[in-house]
This record gives sequence, structure tokens and C-alpha cells, in this order.
Amino acid sequence: MPEKFDVIVVGAGPAGTSCAYLCAKNGLKVLQIERGEYPGAKNVMGGVLYKQQLEEIIPEFWKEAPIERPVVEQRMWLLDEESAITLGYKGQAWANEENYNNFTILRAKFDQWFAKKAQEQGVTLINETVVDACLVKNGKVVGVRTDRPDGDVYADVVVLADGVNSLLAKQLGFHEEIEPAQVALTVMEVLNLSAETINERFNLEDGQGCTIEMFGDATKGHLGTAFLYTNKESLNIGVGTTLSSLVNSKMKPYDLLEYVKHHPMVKPLIKGAEEAEYLAHLIPEGGYHAIPKLVGDGVIVAGDAAQLVNGIHREGSNMAMKSGSFAAEAILLAKQTGKYTEEVLDIYREKVYESFIGKDLEKYKDATETLENHPQYLKEYIPMLNRAARIFFTVDGISKQEKQKGIFNMFMERGKIRTVQDMYRAWKVMK
Amino acid sequence: MHIVVCVKQVPDTKVIKINPKTNTLDRRGVPSIMNPYDAHAVQEAVRLKREYGGKVSVLSMGPPQADAVIKKSIEIGADEGYLISDRAFAGADTLATSYALTKALEKISSASPIDMIFCGKHAIDGDTGQVGPGIASRLDIPPVTNITSITKVTKDYVELQRKLQDGYAHIRTSLPCLITIEKEINEIEYAPFPNMLKAVSYQPVVWNVDQLGEVDRKQLGLKGSPTIVGKMFAPPKQEGGHTLEGTPKEQVDQLLDVLHEKRHLFQKKGGAAV
Repeated sequence: MPEKFDVIVVGAGPAGTSCAYLCAKNGLKVLQIERGEYPGAKNVMGGVLYKQQLEEIIPEFWKEAPIERPVVEQRMWLLDEESAITLGYKGQAWANEENYNNFTILRAKFDQWFAKKAQEQGVTLINETVVDACLVKNGKVVGVRTDRPDGDVYADVVVLADGVNSLLAKQLGFHEEIEPAQVALTVMEVLNLSAETINERFNLEDGQGCTIEMFGDATKGHLGTAFLYTNKESLNIGVGTTLSSLVNSKMKPYDLLEYVKHHPMVKPLIKGAEEAEYLAHLIPEGGYHAIPKLVGDGVIVAGDAAQLVNGIHREGSNMAMKSGSFAAEAILLAKQTGKYTEEVLDIYREKVYESFIGKDLEKYKDATETLENHPQYLKEYIPMLNRAARIFFTVDGISKQEKQKGIFNMFMERGKIRTVQDMYRAWKVMK
Repeated sequence: MHIVVCVKQVPDTKVIKINPKTNTLDRRGVPSIMNPYDAHAVQEAVRLKREYGGKVSVLSMGPPQADAVIKKSIEIGADEGYLISDRAFAGADTLATSYALTKALEKISSASPIDMIFCGKHAIDGDTGQVGPGIASRLDIPPVTNITSITKVTKDYVELQRKLQDGYAHIRTSLPCLITIEKEINEIEYAPFPNMLKAVSYQPVVWNVDQLGEVDRKQLGLKGSPTIVGKMFAPPKQEGGHTLEGTPKEQVDQLLDVLHEKRHLFQKKGGAAV
């Protein structure tokens, strides 16, 4: 008889490892299976890790985790071809350990560390192994089939944290084939640059970080964002657009990244930096409507596999960790009752929907689709805002009142009713 | 049948760099791996175990973290692992290494007699290929090196294929013997899941120098190593290389010109073109 575990967690990203960590910490026998050579080998994100959800699992983790820089400044750029409207917040409050908000990290390092913490709690981690299918008996998931010889292994409950486009959840009928509009393809590079140069160019103190999100021309007006984050001695620069935008516009993602790197706002910041790594990954962008069935008999879906990403606020890994924690709580409860049925595990679904995860995703539930169907926001209004700012700030003997009128007319060129409709629609999906 | 495979943890030479100023190895961030030849040796031992029965043990010398190569061997299918680890072994060259490993092999053999010892052809960090024959010499058993196939095993002898400079030799040797393994002997199999599970929690037997029985400490580590590295240098960077430009047709034409110009490179000594 093959060895049996209390819990099998598929995937060693933030969701899987959070769940595995908490289950093992509470005395359960946990097997975690990762397809990469090591946790993090195949995991990609822009690089922002929020503090709170991990702190709930490992207090003061930043003292030992391989973080790059705590972020003290978040900038947002609305880009036109040669200009930008810049917004942002910088505050020394975020520089204070107690008020850290988020950090930049490099996933290959961070995920390894996190998985090691879970192993210290007793998790059995197996790398370089792909889970091909869930083993189902009488409608209940009872284990997994790996791609290795003698690869069946059993458990009371299986957590699918196998990332975006979860084939395992799909096999179970939890979701349909993912639509190209529901995922973004993000490509990014890690560029090596000395800490001193980074500090100078981004106006940072030692050991403090800055993030920049770019909209508009960064994606040539297509739905998506570009980003530039500061690590200790490197920068993460990347751009992501929905797969459907890439297909429809016939853009190549790496061409788009080159375009961003040569934008006059970006170029001087990355000048002389040495390309160290190139990464690409799919990011779930389907939001609230794309959340699959989360729970079945003997099975829970968490993290990216459950599409728990808030693209508008670049939150994903924190939701993954929180969902992993909720999964652990549900499993511990099920352990007490001795039943791992959908009914008992359903507490997981409730927790996800009642927490900030469900609420935030619901708030923006139509945002992606609206922006995809109404490209004028990124394609027309952002360039218009840039023009308006240039007109308004240029001193050329024209009175301010006349300028304001000119700008107003520019915005109304699309037709008063359409413009008002656009504003109302934007307010509605963001409110 | 008891086969012991000697395995070594080495820096992954694919990613290693030489610091051009100091001419020393820059090991920062370089992962440690099992010497690839040794992995094939373990795989071959496991294959023979499947065919003839018996037991596969692995032995390594190194710091405590070298237990990673023993775990890797367990994944492939080894039954047990021994690690000899002691500061006294540090700085050993091939002579001192073969002495320490021999002492450990004697100890393993006293509990469970050894029929064959396998080593990789050489380690990719030192490329000497001396430790295997060194052990054979100390144990006074036949060393057979560069083995590409083990065709028959009986309780008295083994038949093998040995790679030579310009061909192969089929040989037979008596047991016990020491065999060094070439990569082409087998493909590393995708390890079965139960082995992976066993490897995660496997703890090898660890011996320090005092646990190896009667040992002449003068023959260990740096003290026992007559090898002195006189100088180290990186091979000069290859010069040249030339990118053809133009339309595909122009590029092909240019390439043909180049090939024509260098046609002597494609001719055999006798003068006939290949």
C-alpha cells in the first residue's frame, strides 16, 4: 500500500506553501509536490510582496527572508509616446519596520526560502515532479497521480495550488478552458545595476525601494500595464497585456518590452544596466467572474489556480497566501470532524468570498472587460491628458481661461454624450 | 551482490567562472551537483541490482551538506548511503582521498562484503580520474576503467566493454573489482516516486575520522596530499567568429566562398575530400 498523507499540496508557490506550512505546523502530515527543479524555479511575478498576509503566517519574516527592498514610494505613470502624467505617493511611514507595506523580491530566491520554512515545519517536499491528475474514487478526490513510475500517492485532501491555467482543476470540471482575454502574458527582465546608481536615479535612501506602474503607451494603448521595480542591486522591468490584445494586435511581447525599455521616461533609468534574466509567465486577469469552483469532495483550489488576482492593484501573491491560509484552516476543521466532504470544506469558499479577496475582486468584477471593450480609456484619454497637461503648463501668451476652454473642447471632441458616458462607466467599474 | 558506488559532490562546472584577475574559481552562487559520471554509476548499479539482486550502497567524502548527493543516489535507487566527513579530510588530493575512501570501504566491507566498487570515470571539477584506480591499488583488486557496458555478472567474474582511444575492448575480470563508468553506459531513469519520498527523509550513516578504525592521520587531508597547484590559468578566449550579413542568398553565397576557401580543413590526410 502506498504511503498516505493527510494533505497533498500541488505546487510550491505562495498559495501552496502557505497552506502546507500551516497544515504541517498544526501537526498534519503534508506532502508538497513541485514541478520545478526547486520552488521558485518556474515562478514569476513583477516582484511586489505585500507584508500583511505573510506576516500572519511568519511574524517578522522580513528579518530573515530574502527580500530586496521595502517599498517607500509607489509611482503611477500615464504614458503617451514621449511624455507622462505622473502620480504617486512617497512616505517615510512605509520605511518604518512596523509600517512596512510591501517589498520587492526575486521569486526564485524568495520561494525557495519560504518552502524551506515549510519543510522546517515538517512538510515533505518533492521537486521535479509533475502531477498529471487527481485520483478520484466515488466522486471524491483521494490522491494524485504523478508522472513518475509508481507515482500514485494518497491523501485525505488535495490542495490544487498549481498556478494559472490549472489543468488539474479543469480536469475535475471546476472551470472551462481559460479564454485569452482572461489571462495576461507578462514578460520581464532582471537588469543588474549597482545599488548606488539605483539610489541616485530613483531618489532613494539605502535599503529603500520604489515601484512604478505604467499605463497607456506602455502597452501601446492595449489592456495591460508595464512596471519597473527596484531590487537591491537590480531592476525588474516588465510588461503584461492580455493574451487577446497580443493576438488581435499581432504584437510580440518581447517587442513590447523593448519598446517600454526605449521609452524616454524609462530609458535614462535603466541606462547601462546589464540584462541578467529574462522571464515570462501567464497572469490570471479574469477576476471575479473567472473564479472557478473552489471546493469539491477532498479538494480545494487556491491562489492563481483559483484566479485570485487583482490586476488593477497588482495584488496576487498576497491573495495566494491568504487563500492558502484559508485552505489550511478549512482542512484543520475537516480533520476535527474527520470528514473531507465538499460540505465541510465549503468554509474555505465562504472565507475567500467574505474576505478582502472576494470583496476586492467583486468591486472590480467588470473592470477588465470594460477596459478591453472600451479601449478609448488607455488609447485616447491618456494621450489627451498628456496633451492637456502640456497645453496647460506651457506659457505662450494664451490666457489660462482660453487654455481650459481648449482642453475642455478637446475632451468633448468625442461628443459630449459619449464623453460623459465614458466617465460614468469608468466611475461605475472602479467605485 | 553488494555494489558500492563512490560519489562526489562537485560545483556545476557549466556555470562556474574563473576570476580573470586572481585566476581562482569564482564559486559564488554556483550550485553543487552530483558528479554526472557518478550518477550513471549509481544508475548502473541499480540496474544490476534489478537484474541480479543484492544491494547498492553509496559512499561519499565531503562536508555535511554533501549528503545531498547521497539523497540523489537514494532517488535513483541506492539502498543505503555513507558519508565520511571530518575536518581531517579537508584539502585532500587524489592520493589522500583514495586513502580515506579505502578506509571507509574496508569498514563497509567488514559488515557486508563488497563484490564491486563503482566510480565515475572522473569528476568534472578535477578531471583526473585517479581516485578510482587509487582505491583499487590500495585494496589490491583489479581496476577496470572507462566502462561503457556491463554485459554479464557471475559470482566470480564480470564481463564488460571498455572504451579505448580508437575502439572498444571486451574484457573479463575477476571479482571483487573496481569499475569506472562512462556516461554512455546508460540513461539516467526518471526516478520512481517512492524513491523520491524515501530520499527526502533519508539520513546517511556519517563517520568521522575516529570512526574509521585504524587510520594513519599523516595520510589524510592536506598533510597527506603531495599535489601542489603551481599555477592556475583560464584558457585564452577564442578569437574570431564572423557574422554573415545581407539577404539569405547573399549569406549563403558568402558561406560557400568561406567553405571553398577553407576546403583543406575537410580533406583527409591522403588528399581525398570527405
